[in-house]
Amino acid sequence: MNVTRILTGKKEEKLFLLGNEAAVRGALEGGVSFVSTYPGTPSSEIGDVFSKLAKKAGIYFEYSTNEKVAVEVSAAAAAAGLRSFVFMKHVGLNVAADSFMSTAYLGTKGGMVILTADDPSMYSSQNEQDNRIYARIAGVPLLEPADPQEVKDLMKFGFKLSEQIHLPVLMRTTTRVSHMRGVVHLNDIVSPKGKGFFEKAPSKYVPVPANAVRMRKELSDKLAEAEKIADSSEVNKVYDFGNEFGIITSGGAFNYVIDVVKENNIPAKILKLTFTYPFPQHLVKEFLSTVKDVLIVEEVEPVMEKEVLAIIGKYQIPVNVYGKLTDTLPRIYEYSPDIIKEGIRKISAHTVNKRRYLKADITLPVRPPILCAGCPHRATYFAVKDAVKKLKLKDVIFPTDIGCYTLGIQPPYEMADYLLSMGSSIGAGTGFSHATDQKIVSFIGDSTFFHAGLPALVNAVHNKANLLIVVMDNRTTAMTGRQPSPSEPVNGMGETAPEISIENSAKGIGVEFVKTVDPYNLAKAREVFEEALGYDGVSVVISKHPCALITDAERKKKNIWMTFTINQSKCTKCMVCVKEWTCPAFYIEEDGTVHIDPLICDGCGVCVQVCPEKAIEVRK
Amino acid sequence: MKTYKIHLAGVGGQGTIKASSIVGEAAMKKGINVVMSELHGMAQRGGVVITEIKIGDAHSPVIENGDADLIIGFEPAEVLRSIKKASGKTFVIMNSARIVPFTVSLGMSTYLDNPSLIKEAIKKFSHLYIIDAEKLARKAGNIMSLNMVLLGSAVAVPGFPLGREEIIQSMKESLPEKTIEINLKAFDLGFERIKNM
Repeated sequence: MNVTRILTGKKEEKLFLLGNEAAVRGALEGGVSFVSTYPGTPSSEIGDVFSKLAKKAGIYFEYSTNEKVAVEVSAAAAAAGLRSFVFMKHVGLNVAADSFMSTAYLGTKGGMVILTADDPSMYSSQNEQDNRIYARIAGVPLLEPADPQEVKDLMKFGFKLSEQIHLPVLMRTTTRVSHMRGVVHLNDIVSPKGKGFFEKAPSKYVPVPANAVRMRKELSDKLAEAEKIADSSEVNKVYDFGNEFGIITSGGAFNYVIDVVKENNIPAKILKLTFTYPFPQHLVKEFLSTVKDVLIVEEVEPVMEKEVLAIIGKYQIPVNVYGKLTDTLPRIYEYSPDIIKEGIRKISAHTVNKRRYLKADITLPVRPPILCAGCPHRATYFAVKDAVKKLKLKDVIFPTDIGCYTLGIQPPYEMADYLLSMGSSIGAGTGFSHATDQKIVSFIGDSTFFHAGLPALVNAVHNKANLLIVVMDNRTTAMTGRQPSPSEPVNGMGETAPEISIENSAKGIGVEFVKTVDPYNLAKAREVFEEALGYDGVSVVISKHPCALITDAERKKKNIWMTFTINQSKCTKCMVCVKEWTCPAFYIEEDGTVHIDPLICDGCGVCVQVCPEKAIEVRK
Repeated sequence: MKTYKIHLAGVGGQGTIKASSIVGEAAMKKGINVVMSELHGMAQRGGVVITEIKIGDAHSPVIENGDADLIIGFEPAEVLRSIKKASGKTFVIMNSARIVPFTVSLGMSTYLDNPSLIKEAIKKFSHLYIIDAEKLARKAGNIMSLNMVLLGSAVAVPGFPLGREEIIQSMKESLPEKTIEINLKAFDLGFERIKNM
């Protein structure tokens, strides 16, 4: 399917959409005018689609430098009366949290939806925090779609709700909802508004203490109103298959519940909650009065389970509650149909047969992701490793950051020692430099440098740290799918945009040792790294070469494609290419000879410099 | 109709997601409900890629252990890694061409030779089709059409709920025009290979 169909599809047509694509269509049907984000899996495709369609749709879209900025630009747009949409991965909301909290106090004029894509089981994240808790800290309504159709419909519902109670609305998806495809029935698109107008009202928009005290009370009143809406909202539904016991569920977990209940004819009554904060107390209370046992099925934390226990305590309802707190269901990781089946088996008298499945008797090779053939990060790691070896430095600490280059954790490089979050390599590097006498080399990508590296660099310089910061500038935000970074001359709308120079930024902050190298030239890069490692104070080396996926695409377009091969008469099977360079194009045949797979080789040719026997040549 | 469940297992870059969405779109056009699960992100860098499709009355795109009707394996080790999704009733297509992960050349893990992998598959699966999809893709004109070879072979498996023409229509709508000819040839080669088994 061509993604432009997400914009051009007409009412009553249906499309097979990813949850993330459905979010775009829902925003367009909801009359969105203003959209912002920082890319993060599992939410990235929402931005990819907006990036392609925003101009045609007549809306504003930007990749902000980080999630906090993304929330701020969208909050301002909503204050000017536009409907705005900001989305991010779950940990992105941590970055945005400061401004996110205040959006609840200030409230909104135009509808504002904030989407957080949580990642149970951590398919592409550093933790599995449950952002439903954020709705409770901030005091904003929470919606939990179960599938792409609901994502689309709830975007519209969210805008209306936001305008009705003048609060931003948080929508929580999970990986399985964001990255699930399903049939989505389209509706009409509502034209965007163009420009808004900001009517000044400092008492409404500036939370100095005197105003904040009043805003706090207003927020509490708005939430009381929101609870009434949740209690009677048609998005919360009961599916009645019998009355042996009840199930309360939300989001993607509902899908497992309904499939297991239907397939096994389990006589249960399901309350599917979609508008889950403020928690619809009266609706749930009523549901609880019709059952004796209730199973709470939710991913990741026992959020609803505790809400249900509170209602039971408050109203003295005689119901047994099962869920995570009773170990009926697992406390961590994402659910699956098998897990739900097992949970139901524990509390139901109904026979739920275990399915038999096959098992293998052999050991399979592990297949972790790896830096691509031609990846400039591999060259950077190789050159830094060489420089460290040459200088005979011991116990060098390599704080790393978030991007493809985190894969430097794998052998043979093993140059990723410490990681907290986006931008943390510089802060942590500074800490290690003061706390130890070890040498520090921090690795950070271009997009990550702008995201949260800048304040840490100011801190490092001002507090006189001693470390080498390697900015691995591959001219893009590679891992999430190559979204533009501020160091590129293009923005999220595809327009030419000012390039922000990493070199000038570092110099402006006061770093005296700033050099740029092309890692494809291994010897030259190693020389500069050696020099930087000898420097006392903060040094910044920008290792600049475009992501291999960009250069591959360009070469394919221009039809200039060459690959490399090993001259077997020169090869001594020293294995430096296989064991130290470790490009995925190299493989060993059963007879022990080394070869380059022409289908994987991207023609970067850096391996030519690695081979001590000069045995690697252009394939003719 | 009974819900039909397909599990696809491959390695980043083999085109598993594309093959899956073609099936999904074909089902939707036929008016049948369909849900599909795909995982993106870091795994694309040469890691394991899994997609699952349920055609029929299903909400969750995730298949229970032992409940897949069909497993389409793009790589022999990945077929065996997905074995718990299969029961004795499951039909299994196995591409016999291996992709050896870098962990093997580094000595961090071992990869059994082809005959042992195939022996294990034959021992375990009751309805197994082994095809060299790489060879057929080359024959079609481009190794990149490997996913369409496997899609063609899937359509030929007994019980597959969508017709050959329905899938071909869906391919025409979602593949780049200049690749259509090779992809259709690849599809046919995969289809014929299974039909003649």
